[in-house]
Amino acid sequence: MRKGKHQRKPQSMGDRSEHPISMTLNGKKVTLEAPPTMRLLDLLRERLFLTGTKEGCGKGECGACTVIMNGKAVDSCLVLACQANHATITTVEGLASERRLDPIQEAFIQEGASQCGFCIPGIIMAARVFLDHHPDPTLPEIQEALAGNLCRCTGYSKIFRAVLTAASMEKRD
Amino acid sequence: MRNLASDQVSFPILLNGFASLLSRTTAQGSEVRLKPDGSKGGSLLENANTFPVKVAEKALTVVGHPLPRVDAPEKVKGAARYVDDLSFSGMLYGGAVRSPHPRARIKKIILSRALSVPGVVTAMIAGDIPGKNLIPLIQQDQPMLAEKIVNHIGEAIILLAAEARASLQEAIQRVVVEYEPLPPVLTIEEGYRRGEVISHWKITRGDVEEGLAASSLVTEEIYRTPYQEHAYLETNGMVAVPDGLGGIVVYGSLQCPFYVQNAVSAVLGLPLHKIRIVQMATGGGFGGKEDAPSLPAAMTALLSLKTGRPVKMIFSREEDMMVMSKRHPAKIRYKAGVNGEGKLAAVEIDYFLDAGAYATLSPVVLWRGALHAAGPYRIPNVKINAYAVRTNKIPSGAFRGFGEPQVAFACESHMDILAHALSMDPLEFRMKNALEPGDETITGHKVTVSHGLREVMQKVAESSEWSAKDQRGGRDFIPDQSRPWLRRGVGFSALYYGVGLGARGRFLNPAGASVVIAPDGSVTIAVGTTEIGQGMYTVLSQIAAEELGCNISRVRFVEPDTSRVPDSGPTVASRTTIMSGNAIRDACMKIKEQMRDALSGHLSGHLSGLPITLPFEEAVKYCRERQVHLSAQGWAVPPPTTFNEEKGQGDAYITYTWSANAVELEVDTLTGEVRVLRVVSGHDVGKIINPQTGEGQIEGGVVQGLGYALVEEHLLDHGRILNDQFSTYIIPVSPDIPEIIPIIVEHPYPWGPYGAKGLGETPIIGIAPAVTNAIFHATGVRLLEIPATPERIWTALGAPPASEKAQQMRGQ
Repeated sequence: MRKGKHQRKPQSMGDRSEHPISMTLNGKKVTLEAPPTMRLLDLLRERLFLTGTKEGCGKGECGACTVIMNGKAVDSCLVLACQANHATITTVEGLASERRLDPIQEAFIQEGASQCGFCIPGIIMAARVFLDHHPDPTLPEIQEALAGNLCRCTGYSKIFRAVLTAASMEKRD
Repeated sequence: MRNLASDQVSFPILLNGFASLLSRTTAQGSEVRLKPDGSKGGSLLENANTFPVKVAEKALTVVGHPLPRVDAPEKVKGAARYVDDLSFSGMLYGGAVRSPHPRARIKKIILSRALSVPGVVTAMIAGDIPGKNLIPLIQQDQPMLAEKIVNHIGEAIILLAAEARASLQEAIQRVVVEYEPLPPVLTIEEGYRRGEVISHWKITRGDVEEGLAASSLVTEEIYRTPYQEHAYLETNGMVAVPDGLGGIVVYGSLQCPFYVQNAVSAVLGLPLHKIRIVQMATGGGFGGKEDAPSLPAAMTALLSLKTGRPVKMIFSREEDMMVMSKRHPAKIRYKAGVNGEGKLAAVEIDYFLDAGAYATLSPVVLWRGALHAAGPYRIPNVKINAYAVRTNKIPSGAFRGFGEPQVAFACESHMDILAHALSMDPLEFRMKNALEPGDETITGHKVTVSHGLREVMQKVAESSEWSAKDQRGGRDFIPDQSRPWLRRGVGFSALYYGVGLGARGRFLNPAGASVVIAPDGSVTIAVGTTEIGQGMYTVLSQIAAEELGCNISRVRFVEPDTSRVPDSGPTVASRTTIMSGNAIRDACMKIKEQMRDALSGHLSGHLSGLPITLPFEEAVKYCRERQVHLSAQGWAVPPPTTFNEEKGQGDAYITYTWSANAVELEVDTLTGEVRVLRVVSGHDVGKIINPQTGEGQIEGGVVQGLGYALVEEHLLDHGRILNDQFSTYIIPVSPDIPEIIPIIVEHPYPWGPYGAKGLGETPIIGIAPAVTNAIFHATGVRLLEIPATPERIWTALGAPPASEKAQQMRGQ
């Protein structure tokens, strides 16, 4: 440990200045501020109290933090909060309306696709984006689409069934 | 089912007694007498078990049906509350400084630079612990914080608390610890040589030397299995909060609230009634949250007590992988002899577990492994020696299967080796040696009821089209002419699993439940076991609703809280349905007894001798008006078990779940890659309470088993785990998933609720050997070590010429 007059000052806890973020979140316009080092995941969970999005690895490897950003499924642990400026974001809390759940949510309940539930919000968001672009999916397509979302409890089987069920529910409507 | 107002539920009151409410069926309708252990007369559950239970099956309206999970709506909305979703005002973040050495003496600790980081509130070392520096479990050898010596990489030495996570991380970096590294013990072999044996069990039956000498064929192999990581999606975490009454509440991700309560009490030096543990929604456990959470719980509680503020500690994925428990690596020497008719004559096994630095659960993991090591077979001569060896690595602990997956890999591989040596079909060999009702297990336990092994093996064989396997697989079969290097194979495995904690765990065995019916007819239930994804809330709700005769939507569980029910033991050993289920039934029967007296007065004007039904709400309202006690505590104590340690003999478990698996796969003989095509997995569970959640358990366990078989292992360098992330510790992902066919077989267990046994663990146990048996069928290559990675298969295949370039690239 070096001593001396040029002893290192305590490192700053990151740039403390906050930057404005204006985004459309779950259909509503939201304006707030965040430091440049803050992740979108933390903005959602700690500043906006939307705790449905989960952290499983912090490295973009497990998909538990998946949200929809400008129409794409993204790992919110890899997105800086400031990148959400002018963006459209949907989290799991934004899927259901006042009156009814999203068909994917209904299907997950019906097919028993959720066990511990921790991976489920991320999987549902990834599935939502996928079904928006593939309303008539095959099982291999579903498997590929969910490759970025880890689940340890279910063995995925009922998750696949639920996505297929949701697709047919949506085709009917 | 969601609209309470339009419920047409009924509460069946039978004026002629409650006997028919206790209906259960036995498989063959035979009479079974069972006496519960240690309980006084009085509860109906008990009386039910002391007379012959032979009645026609009452139509079950809730139990046995694939009802949707009761906790699914909140989970799909993202509304379930896990520990990191909790926040308290004034909350601090807690963390630990951990050893980078596998073994070292601590010479000096300098905290001043760390304490000067803005936002750091406190630091604590072993000397600051007010109670005992100990995580109490079995051998009482694990300190909470290392004091003079560290014994594994990642062992905690100093605790810190800070206002923000960034300050905490900065402070952790700035703590200076001076170590004197000491030579570590890093292998089973070295530990054993030095006499570092934490635990030793032996099972002796007949005379193994004679048995082997009289055998017409004897084979011996050594098998090895790796560390397996639980890889629950939610890492470990705790939040401790002072309760304002001199005590602490700890909220956490955990399986065993009473273990945690015990640990926090010991470390804080506070009596149990000042420690309240509350389980939050828990994102997976698999045994990894059995005992290990006691560490972060004690740490946060300590910091919270010291600072007077709430303290949160959530492990990063890397920290969780480095520090929290794993499946024990194992080495198994398996020697077996068969006679001329293909019957097992003698089995001799040495089973070694790499326990890591502290005993934790190793003695009981070893016990269960030893007892199941020879498989579900009839063997007259057995000698098993099992050893848990101390090394300077992460303490290993509970993981789904609890010591059995390792030996099952060895045993079921060995059964195939014997079968092939005798030119017998592997299934036929197993059928010939399989335990039948009335046979003794290797511990001398004569099992006569709830014995579905033969049926489960037959059903799995049929469903997997086992008899036609050589028409679609095998060394000479080419499934795709355009890619003639592909081969296919089918592999089989069979196993049994003692349900519950068994004779060794009988002190932890009883379970409690609290059932309270509110004035509006809604029912609140509390149990001491935990929902960890397996479907406990749903299965137990079904049992309660069936017992009370009400709609399942009226039943609701509160989160497990040590202040609500007495110590109910851990959520392990596939014991939850049977133990908490029976505790709930006991409570419900007591409530009905309490209601019956009041109601029979009300109903005396009606025709007697006929069953009367009353709307549930009306019955509740009537009883409240008569001050009936509409609640009860239930208590379940399982039938007795025995175990003599000298010879390793006894009726070790109350009952067994019997299972079998068939795995069909394709091997790319150029790359060694395996593509699993189909898994059939069958289990005799006594009675399936919810077929949908039961299937979910099977599917999840099978996939976890495929990971163990094919891709999962921790690689270590000098005691340090190298692959501590999801990109380097590989678990099965969605494109890997094969067709999975779960099969449920029901041979009811009379003491189980509606005949149920356990299902949580059997799905993982037999997958690895079925995989390597299938690889043998496909390629003729016998792997004695898992995971069967492409590298291992490719090497075993003789590193085909097409891969020379790959060898060059690896510098070989």
